[in-house]
Amino acid sequence: MLEIKNLHASIEGKEILKGISLKINAGEVHAIMGPNGSGKSTLAQVLAGRKEYVVTSGEVLFEGKNLLDLSPEDRAREGIFLAFQYPVEIPGVSNTNLLKTAINEIRKYRGEEQLDAMEFLTILKKKMKLVEMDQSLLSRAVNEGFSGGEKKRNEILQMAVLEPKLSILDETDSGLDIDALRVVANGVTKLRSKDTASIVVTHYQRLLNYIIPDFVHVLYNGRIVKSGTKELAFELEEKGYDWLKDQKELVEG
Amino acid sequence: MSQIPDIKKWYISNFETFENSLNGGSLKPIHQVRKEAIADFSKLNFPTTHDEDWRFTNITPLLKHDFISGERIKLKHKEIKNFLFKKISDNLLVFVNGHYAPEFSKSKNLPEEIKPGSLADEIEKGSEIVDKYLGKYANCKTQIFTALSTAFTQDGAFIYVPDNLIVDVPINILFITATGGKKILSQPRNLFVVGKNSQISIVERYVTLDDGIYFTNVVSEIVAGENSIVNHIKIQEEGLNAFHVSRTEIDQEKNSNFTSYSISLGGEISRNDVNSKFNDEGGECTLNGLYLLTGSQLYDTHSLVDHAKPHCTSHENYKGILDDNSRGVFNGKVIVRKDAQKTNAFQENKNIILSDNALVDTKPQLEIFADDVKCSHGATVGQLDEDSLFYLKSRGIGEDKARSILIHAFASDVIKSIKIEPVKNYLEEILERRFNKEIS
Ligand SMILES: Nc1ncnc2c1ncn2[C@@H]1O[C@H](COP(=O)(O)OP(=O)(O)OP(=O)(O)O)[C@@H](O)[C@H]1O
Ligand SMILES: [Mg+2]
Repeated sequence: MLEIKNLHASIEGKEILKGISLKINAGEVHAIMGPNGSGKSTLAQVLAGRKEYVVTSGEVLFEGKNLLDLSPEDRAREGIFLAFQYPVEIPGVSNTNLLKTAINEIRKYRGEEQLDAMEFLTILKKKMKLVEMDQSLLSRAVNEGFSGGEKKRNEILQMAVLEPKLSILDETDSGLDIDALRVVANGVTKLRSKDTASIVVTHYQRLLNYIIPDFVHVLYNGRIVKSGTKELAFELEEKGYDWLKDQKELVEG
Repeated sequence: MSQIPDIKKWYISNFETFENSLNGGSLKPIHQVRKEAIADFSKLNFPTTHDEDWRFTNITPLLKHDFISGERIKLKHKEIKNFLFKKISDNLLVFVNGHYAPEFSKSKNLPEEIKPGSLADEIEKGSEIVDKYLGKYANCKTQIFTALSTAFTQDGAFIYVPDNLIVDVPINILFITATGGKKILSQPRNLFVVGKNSQISIVERYVTLDDGIYFTNVVSEIVAGENSIVNHIKIQEEGLNAFHVSRTEIDQEKNSNFTSYSISLGGEISRNDVNSKFNDEGGECTLNGLYLLTGSQLYDTHSLVDHAKPHCTSHENYKGILDDNSRGVFNGKVIVRKDAQKTNAFQENKNIILSDNALVDTKPQLEIFADDVKCSHGATVGQLDEDSLFYLKSRGIGEDKARSILIHAFASDVIKSIKIEPVKNYLEEILERRFNKEIS
C-alpha cells in the first residue's frame, strides 16, 4: 500500500529525515517509536503533504501512485488520514461543517454522489457512538476549547467518518486517561480491516496492548535504527532508547 | 476635470443654482441652516493626508471631478428588484440619485403611528421633528463633507418612531445611483428619531445600476430615545468607480441600546464615520463592521464612542478582509470622560490580508479620564492561518474551499450576530461568491 524509499526531508535548511525506508502492506499496523525530536511527526507531516517540510530526496508510493506529487487534499482524497499530534483549533468553523464538507469533497473526487444532510447525519451518529463522543461537541467550533482528550477523540471521529485506507496516528494516545485510551483504541481496532493499514506513532507500550502492531520501528535522529515485532515495544519500554545509540552506529557503519 | 483649488468654487457656484431651484423652499427655516453651512463650507478646506483624520486617505481622485447633483429620474421595477431583500421588502423606501422615489416605496403591516418617508416631504410639511433634530448632531463647523451635505440638504430617509412603539419588521432603505454617464453627486440626508421605549431596525443599502463615476455623500443622524432599541445596518455596495463618504451620528439617551453594522463592499474610495455619544446614563452601544476589499479599493473607517456619562457600555468589533492591492484604514476612538465612572468599553479590529500587496493601517484609541472603568482594545493584521489551512486540506478539502471556510469563519461572528435573517444570508452568500471560486 505504502512504500517509502530512502526519504530525506528538511525544514528551514535543517535535515530532519535522513533516509527512511518503510514498506506497509494492506492489513498491517506499524508502530513507530522513538525519542523526542527524532522526526516521527515530521515523517507523518511529510506523508500528509505539509509543504514547509522539503523533501530533498527519496520517493513515496501510495498504491503505486507517486504520493509526493499530490496536494495534501488529494492525498486525503486518495485515502490518507493524519491524526495530528496537536490538532488545530479553528474558531468559527463547526465540527459538523468540517466533517460534512470533507466527506463530500472526498466523494466528489471519487465521483460519488454528494451526501445530503440526512444521510450525513446517519453516518455521523453511527461514528459518534463508536468514539463515544458527546453530541454537544459537534456544533462547537473545531477543537476550540476542547480538552486534550476531546481533541484526540475528535481526530478519531474524523478518521471514522472519512474511512481512510491508511491512517497515521501521531501520538493519539498521549495525554489520554485510561478510558479515553480504550475508546481511541477501540475506534481504531473497529476500523481495522484487511484493506486498510495504520501507522501508529507512540511513546507508550500501553496503546499497543489494544492495537497490536505487526511491526515496530524505532526512529532515531531521522533514521529507522531498528525494526521488529511487538516484543520490541516491550523492550523499549523497559530499556529506553539509549541502548539503540550503538545500534545506530551499527546501521551507519 | 477641474483643478483641485477650483473644486470648492465649483460647489459654491452650484449652491446658487440649487437655491434658485428651490423657489418657495428657500423661505423655510431650514434654508437658513443651508446658508450657514455653505458659509462653513467656504471657510473649510478639503482634507489632505496632512490632516490627522485623513492621514492614510488621499482624496485627490475625488476632488478631480466636478460632480453635479443627480436629477430625478424614473427607473423600472425590474431595474431595482434585484436589490430588494427577499421576505423583508414590505417596508421600503427607495431613493434614486438622492431623490425619493414614491413609486417603489411602500409599507405594510406597520403600526399607523409610523410613516417612513422622505425628508423632502417633511421639510415641505414644516415638520417640527426636522426643525428640532436635523443638523443638531452632525455639526458642520469642522467637517467639510458635512457642510457640503447640509448646504445641499434636500432629501433623504426620514423615520420618526413615537414613544412606546415596537416596530418588529425592519425598514429597508435603498439608495440607487443611475449615472447615465453623468458624474452624479447624491447627498442623502437621513434622519431617524426613535422615541422613548420604542424599538426599530433600519437597513440602508447603497447600490448602483452602472459602473460610472459618481459620488455619494451621506449624513445620517439617529436619535435613540430613552430606553429605546435601535438596530442600524448599513450595506455599502457602490460601484467600483464610485466615491462614498458617510457620516452617522448617534445620540444615545438614557438606557438606550444602539447596535450598528457598517458593511463595506464597494466604492473606489470610501470613508465611513460612525460616532455615538452617550448623553445620559445606562446606555449600550455596539458597533460592528465588516469590510471586504479587492482591486485597488480604499476604505477608511473611523468611529468614535463618547462615554460622556457614567454606567454605559460599548462594544466595537470591526473585521476586514483585504485582497489584491486594496487598502484599509481603521481608526476607532473611545473617549471616557472624567465623570463617566463604571464605563465598560471594549474595542477590537481584526484584519486578514489575502495578498502580498494589500495593506491595513489600524489604530484603536482609548482616551480615559475616569478611574473606575473597564476598557480594552486590540488590533491585529495577519494572514489566513497556515496550520488551519493545512488541517482542512488534510481532511480532503481543496485549497479554495479551505480558504473560503476560514474567511467565512473569520467574518462569522459579525455576520452571525445580525438578527435580520435575509440580510445575514445575503452576506453569507457574498462571502461564498467572492471566496469560493468553485461556485462562481
Ligand atoms: N517548523 C520547524 N522548524 C524548525 N525545526 C523543526 C520544525 N518542526 C520540527 N523541527 C525539528 O525537527 C526535529 C524533529 O521534530 P519532530 O516533531 O518530527 O519530532 P518527534 O519525533 O515527533 O518528537 P516528539 O516525540 O516530541 O513529538 C526536532 O528537532 C524539531 O525541533
Ligand atoms: Mg511528534
